[in-house]
Amino acid sequence: MADTRRPLSPHLQIYKWQVQMVSSILHRATGIALAVGTVLVVAGLLHLAAGRESFDQFKNIIGNPVGEILLVGWTWALFYHLCNGIRHLVQDTGAGYAIAQFVRSSWLSVVLSLVLTAAVWAYVLTAGGAV
Amino acid sequence: MTAKDLRNPLKVARGLGSSQSGVGHWWTQRVTAAALVVLLIWFVITVLGLLHADYATALATVAKPWNALLLIVLLVTMFWHAVLGLQVVIEDYVHTRWKEVLSLVLIKFLAVLGALASVLAVLRIALTH
Repeated sequence: MADTRRPLSPHLQIYKWQVQMVSSILHRATGIALAVGTVLVVAGLLHLAAGRESFDQFKNIIGNPVGEILLVGWTWALFYHLCNGIRHLVQDTGAGYAIAQFVRSSWLSVVLSLVLTAAVWAYVLTAGGAV
Repeated sequence: MTAKDLRNPLKVARGLGSSQSGVGHWWTQRVTAAALVVLLIWFVITVLGLLHADYATALATVAKPWNALLLIVLLVTMFWHAVLGLQVVIEDYVHTRWKEVLSLVLIKFLAVLGALASVLAVLRIALTH
């Protein structure tokens, strides 16, 4: 067991915010969000298997405004964790650790995930909404 | 209790950390991640293709052999990867031992439950439609 009286690192409150730490924190946060989001996938499949009325009920739940906001959030979480996950897989080979490259790829994950989320929801909305 | 002080420090250290498992956790997390890259791109495209589809079309799509197979692979890989990730988060932030162990066991139970429930749902659809 760690002796918590020792000074613990990192001292997040004295750090200047920079994109590398944002991309790292977001990777964990979106990972946790996506683990919670698996409930939605399980619920969707169970309702689909249970029959037409049951599936309509599911569509009504995810079709309400709160449901749609959550869906947008989960879409972004998925794309962010996917983009940044690929970034980490590339870094696992030892590539991209120069500071300039590291900062650039952090921004790439953040921006690309937002672009993909916007693209998917632009498609959904032009097709007449999620449900 | 006094006997504890006579033990070689190595005896206390053995069995902790990554002994027995080595890089197993790390590697499995990467392998499931690589699989999920492909599976999730397929999943997002498939779900977007089902936008405004009626109930029968949704059932028929899941029931297609390749879709059912890929969906089951996705579900198992997804829950596996989720457990590996959540495990690291719990080990990092939960510093009370019994809470840590309880959380680690709980996420495994929930993941197995979720994986089996959703795989059974896919099988039910695939085998009856």
